[in-house]
Amino acid sequence: MSETDPPSPPRRAPRASLGSPEGDDVFGVFDPAVARRFLGYLGPHRRTVILTQAAVLCSAAASVVLPWLIGRVVTSAAAHDLAMLRSTMAMFAVGAGVFITAFFASEWTSARLAQQVIFDIRRAMFAHFQDISLSFMDKTHVGRIMARLQGDVNALQEFLESTTGAVGDLATLIGISVMLLYMDVKLGLFALAVLPALIAVRAVWLPHSKTSFRVAREASSAANSALAENINGVRTVQETRREALNFDLYKEKAFENFRAQVGASWMSQIMVPTVDVLTGVALAIVVWVGGGEVVSGRMDVGVMVAFVLYVQRFFEPVRMLSMQYTIMQRAMAAAHRIFEVLDVPVTIADKPDARPLADFEPTVEFRNVTFGYDPARPVLHDISLTVRPREVVALVGPTGSGKTSIIALAHRFYEVDQGQVLVGGRDVRDVTLDSLGRSIGMVLQEPFLFTGTIEENIRYNTAHATLDDIVAAAKAVAAHDFISRLPEGYQTRLGQRGRNLSVGQRQLISFARALVADPKILILDEATANIDSFTEQAIQKALKVLFAGRTCMVIAHRLATIRDADRIVVLQQGRILEQGSHAQLMRAGGLYHRLYTSAHASFDDQQVAVSGDAEFATRT
Amino acid sequence: MSSTPVTGRGGARDGAPTVDVSAMPQVLARIARLALRYRGRLALTSAASLLAAAASLTLPRLLGRSVDDALRIAAQAGQAEAARHALLLSAVLIVAATTTRGLLTALSGYQAEYVSQRVAYDLRLAFFQQLQRLSFGFHDRIHSGDLITRGMLDLEGARVVIQAGMAQALSLALLIGFAAYMMISADPTLALIGLAFVPVAGFALARMGFLLRITWMRVQQLMSVLTLTMEENLQGIRVVRAFAGRDLEMDKFDRAGGAALAEAFKRITLRFRGVSAMQVSFYASLGVLLWVGGGKVAAGTMTAGRLTEFTAYMTLLQAPIRQVAMIFNALARATSSGARLFEVMDLEPEIADRPGARPLAAPRGVLRFEGVGFRYDPAGREILSGLDFELRPGRTLGIVGPPGSGKSTVANLVPRFYDVTSGRITIDATDIRDVTLESLRAYVGLVQQEAFLFDASVGHNVAYADPWAEDERIVGAARTAQIHEHIAALPEAYETRVGERGVALSGGQRQRMSIARGVVPGPGIMIFDDSTAAIDAVTERKVREGLARATETKATIIIAHRLSSLMHADEILVLDEGRIVERGTHPELVARGGVYADLYELQTRSDAEAVLDEEAPA
Repeated sequence: MSETDPPSPPRRAPRASLGSPEGDDVFGVFDPAVARRFLGYLGPHRRTVILTQAAVLCSAAASVVLPWLIGRVVTSAAAHDLAMLRSTMAMFAVGAGVFITAFFASEWTSARLAQQVIFDIRRAMFAHFQDISLSFMDKTHVGRIMARLQGDVNALQEFLESTTGAVGDLATLIGISVMLLYMDVKLGLFALAVLPALIAVRAVWLPHSKTSFRVAREASSAANSALAENINGVRTVQETRREALNFDLYKEKAFENFRAQVGASWMSQIMVPTVDVLTGVALAIVVWVGGGEVVSGRMDVGVMVAFVLYVQRFFEPVRMLSMQYTIMQRAMAAAHRIFEVLDVPVTIADKPDARPLADFEPTVEFRNVTFGYDPARPVLHDISLTVRPREVVALVGPTGSGKTSIIALAHRFYEVDQGQVLVGGRDVRDVTLDSLGRSIGMVLQEPFLFTGTIEENIRYNTAHATLDDIVAAAKAVAAHDFISRLPEGYQTRLGQRGRNLSVGQRQLISFARALVADPKILILDEATANIDSFTEQAIQKALKVLFAGRTCMVIAHRLATIRDADRIVVLQQGRILEQGSHAQLMRAGGLYHRLYTSAHASFDDQQVAVSGDAEFATRT
Repeated sequence: MSSTPVTGRGGARDGAPTVDVSAMPQVLARIARLALRYRGRLALTSAASLLAAAASLTLPRLLGRSVDDALRIAAQAGQAEAARHALLLSAVLIVAATTTRGLLTALSGYQAEYVSQRVAYDLRLAFFQQLQRLSFGFHDRIHSGDLITRGMLDLEGARVVIQAGMAQALSLALLIGFAAYMMISADPTLALIGLAFVPVAGFALARMGFLLRITWMRVQQLMSVLTLTMEENLQGIRVVRAFAGRDLEMDKFDRAGGAALAEAFKRITLRFRGVSAMQVSFYASLGVLLWVGGGKVAAGTMTAGRLTEFTAYMTLLQAPIRQVAMIFNALARATSSGARLFEVMDLEPEIADRPGARPLAAPRGVLRFEGVGFRYDPAGREILSGLDFELRPGRTLGIVGPPGSGKSTVANLVPRFYDVTSGRITIDATDIRDVTLESLRAYVGLVQQEAFLFDASVGHNVAYADPWAEDERIVGAARTAQIHEHIAALPEAYETRVGERGVALSGGQRQRMSIARGVVPGPGIMIFDDSTAAIDAVTERKVREGLARATETKATIIIAHRLSSLMHADEILVLDEGRIVERGTHPELVARGGVYADLYELQTRSDAEAVLDEEAPA
């Protein structure tokens, strides 16, 4: 799609565009393996499925019988046969009753079933995201995962909801054909002759319509994305007085959309006269040929009436079935993407004999650990490091030195390639993930807050924490003051991701969260974000409270934090270069000395890092 | 889907979703007026609908007559030839009728869609324009996601009603009216029986359509809670894992998902009831019609053709009557959507050109704040009070202060993103409220802390304020902002896309892009609102030097909390709670030993803030 379409440029083409195209493949081809697997989700509901299908067939059968009964009513009435009229009417009442009952049974149960199955699939995907390795999550944009969880799952829902109907449509179509041929072979054949014509027309029309609907959808998404972008950037738009130019750019997209929508409408309206003409032809055949038969006494008038009613009904199932075909293609593409996600293997899971970590000395030990996100390119080489109980170890080093990988491995976010990581003297692969999570607290560089109250955010997964515990923790990290100043104190609901708080305040809340969880071991990735001097002091004090009495590993950026550590480990390119106390390292005159003096050269040297190891970038 | 009603009325997305029935006539009339701009096409739609209904309703009579023809002639032997002629004529007329019906239905459907899309186009442009006109104060109050929803879904709701609501209602009314007339003129008793289902089904379906809309909104609301739950879980997956919160998160999912599922089930039952009422009443009507009609035919008081005719009428009405549900759904949707859309459309921008505003003429370019006070909300806290300063071209003013002291507000007042609530701001003694916004904003360049980059190429982003700027100016600005070398190293240099589908830039790089963007148009007053906070110190120094050259002749305001960014300013204001607590040059302020000196002390001591250089050459 062209990006620079100038709206009659006053001078020359402006460097300007608005919005951008996007999207996944919408249509897929039928894949029996995918279909079979998808149907597997119906397994637990087998009885309901069978019941639904039985009901669908019943309602299809009844709907096929009803026109025939109406024809019989006419025949018996025309023949002044009251007995036959009465019995036919009784049959009609039964037929209508069966139809209505079966129709509703099938519609109701299948609609509910579709919702239930969709819920199950979405839940399975969501649960899978909780288990699969973070390497997958690192590589995949949250927006794309959400598209799977929303759009793709919805496409399946549409398919499921319409499938029951499709079975009914097919049965109806077959039923009608059988009835027509049964009542009068010759007339039946004549009438059915229009069916291939309709199918042929639709087959020619379908690809064209698909193109035109695709164009319409793309045009609409282009116009919408332009609108969204202009709304999100409206301040910049007004600052730079881009209103007029952006309006012209948007106008073009909106007009393009208008034309595409009208084009798609034309495409769908074309089918209306086609179906009507064919219906007319079929009716005309029945009237002329059938009427002729009646005239010559070879056919009951009721049969002619039944034919009239039938031929008006067999176009609808054809339309529905070809629509179903499109829905199926969409569902195939969606199912394919969904299974792709579900097939991502769970590499980090509890061993069958994994035991919880309890009553342990809070130590963390790395034994000859080699690790790479891509095993071919290790980011840690043969690291050996022991953190003793209640020791504070600061990890420092340039970007890409492997600091972030080390703390991720201590928490078993990833699996080591060689060597082992031990917590409390036990290999992290031999203990349960849950107990590991509860023993090791973690504070991330970018504080992440959930929608909900401040109290809920501080408590998070520490269900037993009382409000008093929470207030105590907040006081300890100097968050209590600003929290109590908020309109509803601890009950204040946070906006999306804590928008209503400053970065520093969010940081303090995440400290309180870690403090409430009260882990024996604490891992902290210090924020590099620019925080004003006032809040900065509060954070430094809070860190001291957090560290007290715990085994800590800190990725440290701030000199105060580094100097307060019991031991400083300097990393470079995945290896431990030097370690020791601040004084020792300064005397040694190595990398640490260089880093320290360069950072200290200017009082304000506050480098905002490009955050963490390249591949462990904060994607929060 | 967020919900921030702009004024309090009309917003249906807050609390329990409902449709305000009392607003219905007004909103629908307004949409209808928009459609009436296209009178010609609407007239065509109506005429085509009318004729299509007429053509459609000749069919039952033709079919009935054929049955009678066939029967009568069968009874009178020897007339077979005449009978076949009559049947052939009917057959031809039937094809003619369905062809006419098909063509006219398509025509009317197409025209209705055309008008609705045209109205949507008009609305889109008006909405887009309106959002660009509305000032920052409005955009602060409303969530951008809410505006996007209004511009997409609500606008679509207002469009669809023209086609699926109004045009459909017209053609349905015509069809029922014609059918009733034909049926009553043929046989009043049977007509009454055959039409009995129409009001019953119509009422049930109308009610269902309306309620479905409301439950739909409820389902959407619950789904958006589920979406938020999932999204937050994924975005915060590291926190979830770090705290072993899997069970807690699954529990959250089950609660949100279960609530949505329960509501979806309710919706299914609701639909089930409505369609049940329709089917039962239809088949009851048909049954009685066949019974009574059959009796009449058997008694010889009516022909078989007439019975066929009535059966055909009912078949003809059966499908369209279902649309009642869709029509009412569309009407309900348009009522709430339209209200939400028009709510935004009807707002007057708080900041606009005064009548008689003239372009800014700034021969000298002296900016003055004279007793400036500001509050966002008339009843709210005072953000700034009694602010006085003067800034001449070629000079630099620094502003420093703790968070919430009102620093950024000063920046936003100069280009009139907000208007002062007391005092005034002048440029060369002209109140900035007396000049045109266009000329004022061209004269004032503001670089914000949060750099918004558009999903476009790097070049487009740098040239954003002046898309016609020559390449040299773009590159020059990028050099000034110390970002040119980085851009040149990108895969497609200035053509490289940024944003979600392009390269990711770090906070510092984004800020430098934003500085380059601010430099391109070369305004008379430059304001940097904490716009170097994320840039490392070494680079910042270079940026500062570059800017010093670029802004040599301009009046410059630098807002920062890192003192090194503004210590070279000709005057520094220290703000606290909206007031100037200290002012002077850097040496003066340090010598005074006040707030500024404390801050300086705190920052030079550096322990707290200094950061070990992550990117230092190793």
